[in-house]
Amino acid sequence: MNRKQFLKTLLGASLAAAWFAGSASAADTIKVGILHSLSGTMAISETSLKDVALMTIDEINASGGVMGKKLEAVVVDPASNWPLFAEKARGLLSQDKVAVVFGCWTSVSRKSVLPVFKELNGLLFYPVQYEGEELEKNVFYTGAAPNQQAIPAVEYLMSKEGGGAKRWVLLGTDYVYPRTTNKILRAFLKSKGVDEKDIDEVYTPFGHSDYQTIVANIKKFAAGGKTAVVSTINGDSNVPFYKELGNAGLKATDVPVVAFSVGEEELRGVDTKPLVGHLAAWNYFQSIKNPVNAEFIKKWKAYAKAKGLPNADTVVTNDPMEATYIGIHMWKQAVEKAKTTDVDKVIAAVGGQTFKAPSGFTIKMDEKNHHLHKPVFIGEIKADGQFNVVWKTPGPVRAQPWSPFIAGNDKKKDVPEGM
Amino acid sequence: MRRILISLAWALAVVWTTAHAALDPALVKPLGGDDADARVEAVIKLGALGSPEAFAILNALNEEKLYTTPEGRVLVVEDDKATDPLTGEKLDLPEGTDAITVNNRLRRELESALAGLRLFANDVKVRLKAAQEVQQNAGAAQLPMLEKALGAEKDQRVRDVLDMAVAAINLKSDDATKRKQAVERLADTTNASIRPVLAAMIEPKPDGTFVEPDEGVRTAVVETLARIDRHLLVIEWAGNLYYGLSLASVLLLAALGLAITFGLMGIINMAHGELLMVGAYSTYVVQLAFRRWFPAEIDWYVVAAVPTAFIITAAVGMLLERTVIRWLYGRPLETLLATWGISLGLMQTVRTIFGAQNVEVANPSWMSGGVTVLGGLVLTYNRMVIIGFAVFVVIIVWALLNKTRLGLFVRAVTQNRRMADCVGVPTGRVDMLTFGLGSGIAGLGGVALSQLGNVGPDLGQSYIVDSFMVVVLGGVGQLAGTVIAAIGLGEMNKFLEPYAGAVLAKIAILVLIVLFIQKRPQGLFALKGRSAD
Repeated sequence: MNRKQFLKTLLGASLAAAWFAGSASAADTIKVGILHSLSGTMAISETSLKDVALMTIDEINASGGVMGKKLEAVVVDPASNWPLFAEKARGLLSQDKVAVVFGCWTSVSRKSVLPVFKELNGLLFYPVQYEGEELEKNVFYTGAAPNQQAIPAVEYLMSKEGGGAKRWVLLGTDYVYPRTTNKILRAFLKSKGVDEKDIDEVYTPFGHSDYQTIVANIKKFAAGGKTAVVSTINGDSNVPFYKELGNAGLKATDVPVVAFSVGEEELRGVDTKPLVGHLAAWNYFQSIKNPVNAEFIKKWKAYAKAKGLPNADTVVTNDPMEATYIGIHMWKQAVEKAKTTDVDKVIAAVGGQTFKAPSGFTIKMDEKNHHLHKPVFIGEIKADGQFNVVWKTPGPVRAQPWSPFIAGNDKKKDVPEGM
Repeated sequence: MRRILISLAWALAVVWTTAHAALDPALVKPLGGDDADARVEAVIKLGALGSPEAFAILNALNEEKLYTTPEGRVLVVEDDKATDPLTGEKLDLPEGTDAITVNNRLRRELESALAGLRLFANDVKVRLKAAQEVQQNAGAAQLPMLEKALGAEKDQRVRDVLDMAVAAINLKSDDATKRKQAVERLADTTNASIRPVLAAMIEPKPDGTFVEPDEGVRTAVVETLARIDRHLLVIEWAGNLYYGLSLASVLLLAALGLAITFGLMGIINMAHGELLMVGAYSTYVVQLAFRRWFPAEIDWYVVAAVPTAFIITAAVGMLLERTVIRWLYGRPLETLLATWGISLGLMQTVRTIFGAQNVEVANPSWMSGGVTVLGGLVLTYNRMVIIGFAVFVVIIVWALLNKTRLGLFVRAVTQNRRMADCVGVPTGRVDMLTFGLGSGIAGLGGVALSQLGNVGPDLGQSYIVDSFMVVVLGGVGQLAGTVIAAIGLGEMNKFLEPYAGAVLAKIAILVLIVLFIQKRPQGLFALKGRSAD
């Protein structure tokens, strides 16, 4: 048995083996960085993305790796600390010399690593829905831009099927993503003929848990006509809000709430009774039925069990996990097309790649604007923490990172600077 | 179209309710189809039938027990056994059968159809609830049904609600006297959605005329509007008062433990938030235990969680005191750093045991929902229980400190440690017990917090600043000060929030506290005399 064969038998099985083999002979592996918070406040959302990334890398290695080389994951923990994100990114690019980085969740963490990626000409795949208004040569965005999530959701609520809402409460946590999204939505609503007095914009501090006054105000506001709430409240602050809403007697049939950051993972730790019937808009739900998704869920459950992740028997898949999965595969395809891991050549090759995604569509990376074409789904929350898909786009939608509803954006180019 | 259908169907219903006809298959079939409009129409038609069979099938749909086979046959499924609602035939669940999805639009129609049917129930409470539901969104189409219900109704409360619903519909009547009567009747309404309708009636059009042509009706509208506005103002103020009280009870429960460990003992305990978290996780564990072993009594797990959380957190607290804190008495800076380290350690421990994800702590059914007072203000049960619980805890702590031997020792040790030592008070043990008491109270706070928000490893982080704020503002070493400070902060926050928004209100409160501490560094209530060293 020569060394190569020996390595192959080892690599097929587990990540530990892959790591060992990688360190045994660095020339035969390609290093990829994983930059997700594993401690601190964002650990709740980001830990599962790290695990999905490792699962995908295992899967790629098991099927022969990339260009005959195995992938070797370098996992770092930026600990929900924005400056530390930049530091860790620099470490990944200049010390570990990774070919690509998969990571970041909050917009502020992405903004903090951007200068590093530009300076060292690195490559980042960012898997979370965000507010748009950004287009960088070194970044590929596999999450949704506002026109792939927020705007379709509002259009649905306006429709007869969605309840025909006439008045709007835009409720968010006070930081960049909700502020920008609400700016876009306000302009969009106005373009649809909604009056200024029928839009109410409300913000709360981070970690806000007392929604009594806000719910009382929504109730008052809703007396003036059919009202819907668009919630950009950060992750788990949503739970006290829904609880208060339910206890105050406002049902989803009276005032539906559509949220952009509540998914299967967030609903795992929640008493779902008060949430039933409220909506979420994503580009993927675990409840979507198709063979690719069934396979994806099966793999993830088996992986969680094999690795002994916490609460392995109740793991769920969600939108950013799917986006991570797609991102890694697209990068692999691009490397194989470019026949090198050189960043500039890979960037040129990623555009136009297609992938059969768990959402049930063959989705494409746009040739120009570094965003995926994604289908949009709207789901109602069910008692078991899953979503009942009530509406979807006929096919994938092209992203508009520069929203036409923000003044001045019509002059911006749809390609990153320097391309 | 739909309205005509409903009124037609209701006219029929009067005849049909007495004759128990089997359901028409053509009515039920669309429920299993894909056409959303047809499903809504079918629900409306079934609701109009008013027969027990229709009620049963709508109820099954509402509870998501209605399934459809691939051939489009509609079945009621209960415990894996299917029944054909048309024939009553029982059969095994056929392959490929799927639950009919109910979205918000369909659910809305379902609920209003079911409420309409319940108006004729035997139980007064059911009728009252149905009437209130119908009143929320009754249209002209429901008028005959409402009038019929009104004719049969004996109970005065239900009659009042129905009367109000009829009046709201009559606002659109062609008869000016009817409109005027309706407007006058609505002066006592508690339904805020009437206000915009009335306001629109007296809105001047560009050509100088009004939507409401009759002068007399318009005067009545102005009067009614003034009364509704007065009523809404009362509700708003009472609401703010209650919200403030509720926020105060949360702050108080979060801070009371700290008032003992920091206030009385002078330990800057940065791990206080994590003790709250331990209390919340104890609640979670008790809930799990109840689910496993006493599923029938699950509603009472919170009651069992109260002593459990107290004992667990008190034990954790005493362990900390014995192992770390007691070596650092009199060195506040080291205590601060050490307890901060402990807080990180506790968080990571919980993360390792329970995972980084939040865990699910459900409100028991008697803590869900709320009661409506003053016709419009909803007092939620969970917050009411927590206000009561806060009062209970304050009384217990006060009694412990002032009426028991332990309390006497605690006061003696905190006022003059050396003298207490001289007269034979076991100061070491008293320190341990006091810290344990403070931690146990924090655990009780954790039980309360678990009923309001998320339970996760970071739970304590969001309350630690607020807790210190309350204790410092109230005056270190004073229980009464902590109570007053919590109420003051809660009320101030809630009266500012409607005007300034949540973000500004929080900032304003912080600025006010800084200014206050500048003026009065010792807090609201300061110890006086020799004990104040």
